[in-house]
Amino acid sequence: MTSEIVEGVRRAIELIFTGDPAVLDATLRSLYISGTATLLAATWSLPLGILIGSGSFRGKRTVKGIFNALLGVPTVGLGLILYLLLSKSGPLGVFRLLYTPSAIIIGQAILITPIIVTFCASAMESVEPEIKDLARTLGASEGEARLAVLREAAPGVALAVVASFNRAIAELGIALMLGGNISGLTRVLTTTIALETTRGNFELGIALTIILLSIVFILNFATNMLKREWS
Amino acid sequence: MTPILSLRDVDKKYDGTLVLEKVSLDVGERDVLSVVGPNGAGKTTLLKIMAGIEAPTGGKVIYRGKPVGKENLDLVRRRCTMVFQRTVVFNTTVYKNVAYGLKVRGFPENVIRRKVNEALELVKLIGYEKRSAKKLSGGEQQRVALARARVLEPELLLLDEPTSNLDPKTTSIVEEAITYTNRYKGTAVVIATHNIFQARKICRRAVLLLNGKVVESGSVEEVFLRPSPLMAGFTGVENVFMGDSRPTEEGTSLIELGGGLTVEAAVSRSGRVTLFIRPEDIIVSKSPLKSSARNVLEGRIVEVSDLDSIVKLKVDVGRIFVVQVTKRSFREMNLNVGTRVFLAFKASSVRLL
Repeated sequence: MTSEIVEGVRRAIELIFTGDPAVLDATLRSLYISGTATLLAATWSLPLGILIGSGSFRGKRTVKGIFNALLGVPTVGLGLILYLLLSKSGPLGVFRLLYTPSAIIIGQAILITPIIVTFCASAMESVEPEIKDLARTLGASEGEARLAVLREAAPGVALAVVASFNRAIAELGIALMLGGNISGLTRVLTTTIALETTRGNFELGIALTIILLSIVFILNFATNMLKREWS
Repeated sequence: MTPILSLRDVDKKYDGTLVLEKVSLDVGERDVLSVVGPNGAGKTTLLKIMAGIEAPTGGKVIYRGKPVGKENLDLVRRRCTMVFQRTVVFNTTVYKNVAYGLKVRGFPENVIRRKVNEALELVKLIGYEKRSAKKLSGGEQQRVALARARVLEPELLLLDEPTSNLDPKTTSIVEEAITYTNRYKGTAVVIATHNIFQARKICRRAVLLLNGKVVESGSVEEVFLRPSPLMAGFTGVENVFMGDSRPTEEGTSLIELGGGLTVEAAVSRSGRVTLFIRPEDIIVSKSPLKSSARNVLEGRIVEVSDLDSIVKLKVDVGRIFVVQVTKRSFREMNLNVGTRVFLAFKASSVRLL
């Protein structure tokens, strides 16, 4: 078994560096789907997070509590609910989204919404309350003062977005249940790894795992660098 | 001459509590006004109203003869700049912090660079441009804050307790910068402080604020040197005590502060007096010093607070005294809460009002 692993890693590295089409295909699709899902989720989650983090309104704690609880949603659970909604006989069946990249995008976007909202809200809350008054007394208009507050929260917000992308690209449940692992259409890194491993095709699985880990590590590293640069 | 800024019967209410009540004052060109009062007297709120950051709930704020309203609020904010007590810096470099106000005013880059340099020089922070402001010490951050306000060359500089948490060295840099700004740039300055000595050193005029009301106002001498009962009850200053004084044959006075505590002052006075002892005039030691100091009190440390390069101690000698030691001697003497110490100070350090 040990020699199999060593051989598998050797072959995997070969696959990566020769630009194997199966590897390339799954990698690019993963980046596209999870990238789009992150952008999509950001369009509603960032404003929501900023609103929750900077405003004081009745029920704020409850709202935050709900998003906190949603952080732990199991991907297969969410996958199942969306499967039922999107399947042909389901209420959203008319859109024929099941087993398309769009279905995975929507699923992942919903999955990571609580991550962005929660982290973004806490980034806003950690900005010192005096920053706004400071900007004002230095001559900023109300709009510029709000912008100054946002800029203070920027490192935390960037971290929220990167963390959510990592969660999206590394999840399996939604991609498998809503995408169906169709070759050349919805096959992404995680689903291919799962499939190839059950088939005993370890080298491809290992190659894709290396790539997946590299993406996650590089992004985390870059964010940390960026954070240090900012502060 | 029209004053730069005037307040007329200004009230401020927060959630039904009156923080300021019928406050009226004028700040003229080149004025240096101190607003003295204990913590919670309303000094910060008063300055925020003068800076145009907060709106009063009653009364009028008048800027150069015109009531402050929507149409000139932005102008007031741009001409009257406040430095907060708790130093806040933007999470970026020192340079960008100081440049912020100039940027929002739309100055060209080369002008910004020149002005920022000049301001950093004044607070002795040249070479710090690229450092992250958040990572500076408290004293350095406060100097960034002062440079950041000064660089805008406001007509009115509003300083809220500018040196309350600073060590003596930074305090003198800040005080010098304030004086320079006023003398050579003609900036009018309002300083909120609970440090009467600072007010006396820097300011020409003073108002005494107690519970949101101006209870005394006039020249510094008038406000501070008149032994008014209001002044005596003013507890914001460190080491202020009241006691009964009786003259001695040597020409000094023995003053009983209560709790069996008696201190000797270098001047002859009888009757009820109010006295101060500056924390920096008190020597702390673990055993009684052989020195000429007429006052040696024994007590226990009840509180330790860490400042920049000095440590502030509260010592219970019957009454609570505030003293300060350098960080190094703090470590060397192995001081902590509960340590028994001796406080020594000269009779001439006991200042009577």
